[in-house]
Amino acid sequence: MPASLSTEDIEQKLDLLLDVEFSFLKTRHHAETLAALPSEKQHYLLVWIDRIASTNIQLAYQFIDQAVAVLDEMDKNTVEDWALYAMDTYDQAGLHKALAVIRDVDYFIRLNHERTYGASYEDQASVLLHFVHGLSGRQLKIDQSNLGQDLAWTDTETIYLPSLIAKLDSCHDNFLLYKITVTFLWAQVRFGTFRAPLQQILEHHDEAENVQQLFHTLESIRLEACIQRELPGLYRDILRIKTHLSINKDNSVLSDLIDQLEQPQCTSQISLELALTNLQHLQSCQSLYYQGMIKPEQVYQTMMDRIDKEKALIKISLADLEEELNKNKSKPGKLDARFTKSEEEDIERTSIEITLDDQPISVPENIRTLSKSILLDLDDIPAEYLEAAGPGEYDPELFKPKEEDPDDVWKGTYHEEGAFLYNEWDYRRQHYRKNWCAMREKSVTPVYDSFVSDTLNKYSGLIKHLRKTFEAMRDENRVLKRQTDGEEVDIDALVEALTDSCDGSEMTDRLYTRMHKSERNIAVVIMVDMSGSTKGWINNAERESLILLCEALETLDDRYAIYGFSGVARKRCELYTIKTFDEPYNSEIKARISGIQPKDYTRMGFAIRHLSKLLNEIDARTRILITISDGKPDDYDNYRGEYGIEDTRRALIEARRDGIHPYCITIDERARDYLPHMYGPAAFTVLDDVQQLPLKVSDIYRRLTI
Amino acid sequence: MNAHTLKAEEYFIKDEPFYQAVGDEIAVFEAAYNQKLPVLLKGPTGCGKTRFMEYMAWRLKRPLITVSCHDDLTASDLVGRYLISGGETVWVDGPLARSVRTGAICYLDEIVEARKDTMVVIHPLADDRRVLPMEKLGEVLAASSEFCLSVSYNPGYQSVLKDLKQSTRQRFVALEFDYPDAELEARIIAKEADIDLELAGKLVKFAHMTRNLKGSGLEEGASTRLLVHAARLIHDGISPVTACHCAIAQALTDDSEMLTAIDELSSSLF
Repeated sequence: MPASLSTEDIEQKLDLLLDVEFSFLKTRHHAETLAALPSEKQHYLLVWIDRIASTNIQLAYQFIDQAVAVLDEMDKNTVEDWALYAMDTYDQAGLHKALAVIRDVDYFIRLNHERTYGASYEDQASVLLHFVHGLSGRQLKIDQSNLGQDLAWTDTETIYLPSLIAKLDSCHDNFLLYKITVTFLWAQVRFGTFRAPLQQILEHHDEAENVQQLFHTLESIRLEACIQRELPGLYRDILRIKTHLSINKDNSVLSDLIDQLEQPQCTSQISLELALTNLQHLQSCQSLYYQGMIKPEQVYQTMMDRIDKEKALIKISLADLEEELNKNKSKPGKLDARFTKSEEEDIERTSIEITLDDQPISVPENIRTLSKSILLDLDDIPAEYLEAAGPGEYDPELFKPKEEDPDDVWKGTYHEEGAFLYNEWDYRRQHYRKNWCAMREKSVTPVYDSFVSDTLNKYSGLIKHLRKTFEAMRDENRVLKRQTDGEEVDIDALVEALTDSCDGSEMTDRLYTRMHKSERNIAVVIMVDMSGSTKGWINNAERESLILLCEALETLDDRYAIYGFSGVARKRCELYTIKTFDEPYNSEIKARISGIQPKDYTRMGFAIRHLSKLLNEIDARTRILITISDGKPDDYDNYRGEYGIEDTRRALIEARRDGIHPYCITIDERARDYLPHMYGPAAFTVLDDVQQLPLKVSDIYRRLTI
Repeated sequence: MNAHTLKAEEYFIKDEPFYQAVGDEIAVFEAAYNQKLPVLLKGPTGCGKTRFMEYMAWRLKRPLITVSCHDDLTASDLVGRYLISGGETVWVDGPLARSVRTGAICYLDEIVEARKDTMVVIHPLADDRRVLPMEKLGEVLAASSEFCLSVSYNPGYQSVLKDLKQSTRQRFVALEFDYPDAELEARIIAKEADIDLELAGKLVKFAHMTRNLKGSGLEEGASTRLLVHAARLIHDGISPVTACHCAIAQALTDDSEMLTAIDELSSSLF
């Protein structure tokens, strides 16, 4: 138990932590309050003041004020969550919002309660996505709805959900509410709520809002009946949840309609007609939470776009299919394919059999998916859809998703759009800064010059040697002799054993040969420093070593990828793709290596995190991440010294936790001071001379993987 | 306790296995058998390929020798090898040689799993020569007219390494199997597990949900075999949700989020 601190001691510490010399904050009063606390609490708070002050001094100053007051009411975990939440808010929304979090502790406690008992979109999204994919029909996406929007809705392609549901008392029930909401919106698509011409009527109706509301109410009754038939288990949950939601629902006026709406043959058109005819004497009820809301305009827009697109797509796909059939056909001459839909219909109307010249054919997956989706919109596939597209009728390019140029984002104002976001470790805060780095993958402009051939000439002897040594590492099937068990009899061993037994000595049981397969199964990513400091001979040496390594690696079956990293500050982290795992080593790749240019600064954390993610997606027994670097991490905004080293170390720990072996080759002579801390004692090589780099890299790789 | 050993070639199927034909596969197989053509069964796991083979073996009254191929299966595992017995080497036929000798139906299950060099030993057997060269004996074994070779393979595995070579696949008459349509599948399950048709229909619906997930998180949807397993558990008094969890969800994936999603699907349905 550390000793209790006096007011003076505390004031001195606070002055230091809060940088009073420059910030001119008055700490005397706070020191007095802190001094009155028992020593354990004093130290606890001082640690947290230090951690917060590393983010912002004002924030820490305010924290002292509030923390002393709430320390008795809140348990330590909550205090810590509160402090971290304030720092996250500072990162994302600035000081003003962060100070509000510190001041309004009660709000945080309420929020925290919701977070504890509520279900958050973030946690449940992937389960819900799988769930909705499992339900039949179009593969809907799910997404978080805009901030402040509490109700869920769908545009028939994406289901938008609130970020947190905390209407009920337990985590499980709140999740259930998510699930029911998702199912309900899925049902809108599946059971054709939007097939009714709602939008057209709303445009010209005087009481548009009431019509929409009443239609929603009636549709909800119809859909619940559909869900009851389709998913009885879920319907039981709905009934249970309804009692908890406890909204006073007076259905008596509707009761005449309910019977009609609950019939299996009832459609959304009927709901709409009923809504229109009964508009005057029916009050629409307040819809239940899970029923979300409908946004006819968005739905209409999405539907129109999709219907046009899918019509074109199915015709193009059928044309492709026809071509395919023509190719495989034995008879010469063009086959004139006539696609029709089969007369036999699925009772549930979720799919339609497509026939070719009245013969059922197995259609490719994409056509089947398309026809399902069209069926959901139109409840039928019109005959014209099934005429294969003629040549030039549609330009397939128009329907391909557009690829965005990573450089374009700099023209806009919102720099994080389309970027990968990565956390960064703040060692002073002892916590991650969430989504701190915005990273983009960029390409290296290939340079077709003589660099590669010069390198190959310069090192021709070495390359020959490397190839030979690498060839020796290839996996081969070797026959192991004298095994206790195996495929074949080892005749030599048998003869010896028989002589032994005639001799009276003991006979060995190692009489078989066995084929031994040695599999390497290695995936490696080489991460090259492209910071400005590599300019000149280091960059040359890096490029030369990459060429040599690639030449050597080509003799092995190891999968490898090469990426360069650089960046300016956290919003502009850049990863340069030189070779992905899937690309073969060819002249394009050689030209890219030749085109590696020194860029900006050395921020390493994001690169390690991103490449670890790539490596994890590869199915290999051994995964290696090799960094070729010329110095310690260093970037514009505070990413230098201990901060950079600690973040890199943290990223490497994360990588190792995922089963990746990181290794570093560096030419920084002072690297021995920090590399052991980052990479561990045996996972790096320091080269004293840049010229050695090309000679050594392949050799190090060989030793690493042998 | 009435397990007893049988020689492979004595394994006749005595009772008619339950097999529900989907198309004309029985007639095609019989024609191929009469014409001494080898047969390739394609289809996802658990859709009835092996059951079909048992049924055909029963129908044709031939013994069925099944070899489940694995990636260490060598040519000598199929053809045969010398063993040592009492200081001398003794030749022992492998299952393929045995079935050629005795005129049995040899069924190589999941042929793509076998090593590449193993697959070529079936080539001379699978064309009009119908012989099995046994290099180590210096003999050539000519097949009798009753012998039949059939192999199965699952084209669903999209791995390049697990693809059947053209030189192999172009020797076979191919029969494509898929999960039967919903109504038929429900009837099969109801019969196999002795449960009522309505429950079987729900199980099939659940299977379709998991099949919707194929490609977006699951490698394969629930097979008919898994449905039968679940149905049998239900028949013995396990609740449907638990049965689906144990017999289907857990068998399909280890991913915890996917498991949760599948469980949510089954609890919505039952």
